[in-house]
Amino acid sequence: MSESVSDAPQVPRPGAIPAVAPEVAAVGLPGGPGPVSAVPGRRRSDFAYYGLRNKKLVFGLSLELLLVLFAIIGPMIAKYPPREITGFPVQHPGTRFWLGTDMLGEDLFSQLANGLRESYLVGVLGAGSAALVGMTLGFIAGWRGGILDEALQLLTNIIVMIPSLVLLVVIGSYMSAKSVLFEGVFIGLTTWPWVARAVRAQTFSLRGREFVDLAKLSGKRPLSIIVSEIAPNMASYLFLVVILLFGSSMLLAASYDFLGLGPTNVVSLGWTMNQAQANAALIYHWWWWFIPPGAVLTAMVAALLVANVGLDEVFNPKLREQ
Amino acid sequence: MSVNVQGLSVAYRSHRGDVTAADNVSFSVADGEIMGLAGESGSGKSTIGNALVYLDQRMKATGGAVTVDGRELPIADNRAMQQLRMTTVSLVPQYAMSALTPTRKIGQLITDLLKSHHIDNRQRVIAEMKRRLELIGLREDVLSKYSFELSGGMRQRVTIIMSTLLNPSLLVADEVTSALDVSTQRAVGEMLLEFRDRGYVKSVIAITHDLSILAQVADSIAIMYAGRLAERAETGTLVESPLHPYTQALLASLPAVGMRHDQATLAGIPGRPPSLVNPPAGCRFRDRCPFAFAACSETPPLAEVRPGHLVACWKVSQEHAGEPGTGQQRPLASVPVKEQA
Amino acid sequence: MTTLKLDQVSKLYRATSRAGGLTPALRKVSFELRPGEVISLIGESGSGKTTIGRVLLRLVQPTSGTVTFDGKDIATYSARGLKDYYRQVQGVFQDPFSSYNPVYRADRVFDLVRRSYFGAAGDKEWSARVDQALDEVALNPGDVLGKYPHQLSGGQQQRLLIARALLLDVKVLVADEIISMLDASTRVDVLNLLVKLKRQGLAVLFITHDLSLGNYVSDQTILLRHGAIVEMGATEKVFGNPRHEYTKMLLSAVPELHRKWQHSPIGPVPAAAGAPLPGAAGGAPAATLTRASLVDEMAHAEQVVKRDLRAVLGTRRAAASGRSPVAVALEPPVLREFEPGHLVADPE
Repeated sequence: MSESVSDAPQVPRPGAIPAVAPEVAAVGLPGGPGPVSAVPGRRRSDFAYYGLRNKKLVFGLSLELLLVLFAIIGPMIAKYPPREITGFPVQHPGTRFWLGTDMLGEDLFSQLANGLRESYLVGVLGAGSAALVGMTLGFIAGWRGGILDEALQLLTNIIVMIPSLVLLVVIGSYMSAKSVLFEGVFIGLTTWPWVARAVRAQTFSLRGREFVDLAKLSGKRPLSIIVSEIAPNMASYLFLVVILLFGSSMLLAASYDFLGLGPTNVVSLGWTMNQAQANAALIYHWWWWFIPPGAVLTAMVAALLVANVGLDEVFNPKLREQ
Repeated sequence: MSVNVQGLSVAYRSHRGDVTAADNVSFSVADGEIMGLAGESGSGKSTIGNALVYLDQRMKATGGAVTVDGRELPIADNRAMQQLRMTTVSLVPQYAMSALTPTRKIGQLITDLLKSHHIDNRQRVIAEMKRRLELIGLREDVLSKYSFELSGGMRQRVTIIMSTLLNPSLLVADEVTSALDVSTQRAVGEMLLEFRDRGYVKSVIAITHDLSILAQVADSIAIMYAGRLAERAETGTLVESPLHPYTQALLASLPAVGMRHDQATLAGIPGRPPSLVNPPAGCRFRDRCPFAFAACSETPPLAEVRPGHLVACWKVSQEHAGEPGTGQQRPLASVPVKEQA
Repeated sequence: MTTLKLDQVSKLYRATSRAGGLTPALRKVSFELRPGEVISLIGESGSGKTTIGRVLLRLVQPTSGTVTFDGKDIATYSARGLKDYYRQVQGVFQDPFSSYNPVYRADRVFDLVRRSYFGAAGDKEWSARVDQALDEVALNPGDVLGKYPHQLSGGQQQRLLIARALLLDVKVLVADEIISMLDASTRVDVLNLLVKLKRQGLAVLFITHDLSLGNYVSDQTILLRHGAIVEMGATEKVFGNPRHEYTKMLLSAVPELHRKWQHSPIGPVPAAAGAPLPGAAGGAPAATLTRASLVDEMAHAEQVVKRDLRAVLGTRRAAASGRSPVAVALEPPVLREFEPGHLVADPE
């Protein structure tokens, strides 16, 4: 049963236990809340202040921005198209080919730049579709509870159990050509469950809050309440979730591409590494073929994760190092 | 003197700078005395009370000294305080009853507590604890229960037992009756009295906003306003003849059973306490005080206007100039223990 | 005359832990709320008083019984009917800060009302209406409009929420512990405001655990214990001449400024620490248990913990009497008229 006996006056809700004595929390706020104090809300200026001072956030965000910039500008400044034979095979990086060439003589710098762009694209598609499906289902399940919730939990558990790699192989074998869109959406549709679970849990706890009751008493409809009362309170959390999704989508896409299951005729970081491995680049120590894409991929995902940790510290004052 | 606080100031670090939550507070609590530390939100009562036992990392003592049983209390030194907590000074924090670990039984929590304070003859202490549980009407099987199996009142009493198990000289009880039902409030209040009577604690500082509970339990009351001590007197005196305008207004705003709106004209105090980020100069109650005059732009000292009755107010000091034991601004505030027949 | 009437309202929760399985939060509660009247609903934790408030506000559906407003059962309202209901019946809750969505400014609570009920109103007209409501609650528009909730004091937050209800021309206000989180010096101002509104015809259900507040502000008092009414009637009669043991116990436990708790006679308490209490032989605890409050409180606390087991007892009793466990669990003590306008329940 989702209902619970709610007759417990004055026992503060877990989230409302302040970290410092009530009047200290009230200090600086003109005549703060009453004796059994509530936690004061965070001001926007607070967020900006701590945000800019958090080393992890600044570092992660800057690195990610640099990479995005590179993804945008890189293909433009690349001298040669990525899949055209424009030079001798297996050349060391030099003035003409900044990252050397591959087995066929294609420019590896161009492959990196374009590959990065493709990886970001898949990341956005994957994260976007996962977020869309996961949040929708999560909100519905968290708000309604009851049978609907149970049904969605069942669906979630089923999807989680299906091995996505095997599914991709099976589906892929029926398709003559796969697009980037397909890969992105596939990733989205196989990773939404954990988004849904997280959103459901948060919605569940937020829907019992008094300001939601007040919205009901103001004649608001459920959808309106979810969108304008509940979701904004989860904004920081949702943000973190989306960032993580983004990173994991890119990583997942790279893994699929590396295994040769990626979109046909598309240059991506994973694909480049696949090619390198298939052509024994590791054995022949042609480091310029497999190290750059790997390093860039690592940087992309790591920067996001570091920024995520920093963001969490900014949102949650208890994690801050004072 | 059991506890002597002299000129204690505590500030709170925020990114807007240091905020002084409690400013130059001095008082003494005698052996066997229960002192009520009362005030509304922002008064600094919780800050002062907690500072005597545990200063968390966002707070710092910016001035003053505290002595317990003649020895200085190193409140700023967390490590040194570790040795003294539970044995010399002890705290029942606000919301303590909601903070008991739900995954361990009460008995285990107590053993954990004793272990963490390196108490050796645990058996003897535990036997004593069982005796005390019986004293306050809790059965021994409480020890084998989890915290969520107990009612709010039972949990609160268990936390008080845990805090006083090693017979500390000073117990600071922060809002221990606030979240309780009326009948449980009485049980907890009487428990404090009982423990004091039996010597399980020497002195008690009861922090609360509820003056009527203090009227039942406390021997003396100290009223704080906006970080400063406003008035200090024996309970009877303070409740029957308060001198500070804030205390008077506060007492006049409290409804009591038997009072109906058409019989009594109660009024609140208009306005709000000043912000402590940038406190005004002089008396902090000035803006809301019906008696404010020119002198109030300077901070009034805590003066003993009658024996045992201290007030920080220019008007009161003026009116009582010439009375015996007045005009002397004693840095050491002392209130004699009420003699019981 | 608009009236809000509860008739045999019961609420049963299915407990997910412990034995019993059924928690009767409300047991056939009946009373009536009339215009211009303040009823104090007094109870301790677990009494069901908050549940009644939520049932009246249709945030919770009762298991049985009906709530009628102006003769119509509120459970039968359509979506539009419900919206109309909220135009006349509103609530204010205990923690003013929690009633505000921290992401938005405080006066958004007014905007929500405007969007739902005053969509056609022009800006000037709305502004005038808001100013008038704020004036009723003695708030200065300049002090409170455009601010975030954490920039307002508890008293201001609470009064703003009352103003919100006034925007709607409410007939009934459900006030659930609205005072307890305010500072003492602002409490009485909010109480006086309720009295003023009552004189203008508002009906108020003042839910509280604090007897002195209830006494100050109400015309009628209802005492709730374990989901059932134990005593109800005109406030002077109930407080002036309490008949039920529970009422008497509560009144004796209320701390007062000018009078100490009445102790059972075990002699004066010595000031010297460590001295044995008179009558206590070698630390025998029996003497101290005669402090009346402790025994009462123990019994009471045990009851609260045992409450969930009621259905088990109910099952046994039901098996003996042939009725269903639910019916037995929900049976409240019988209310008898002690004097006109003063009802007292039989002891349970």
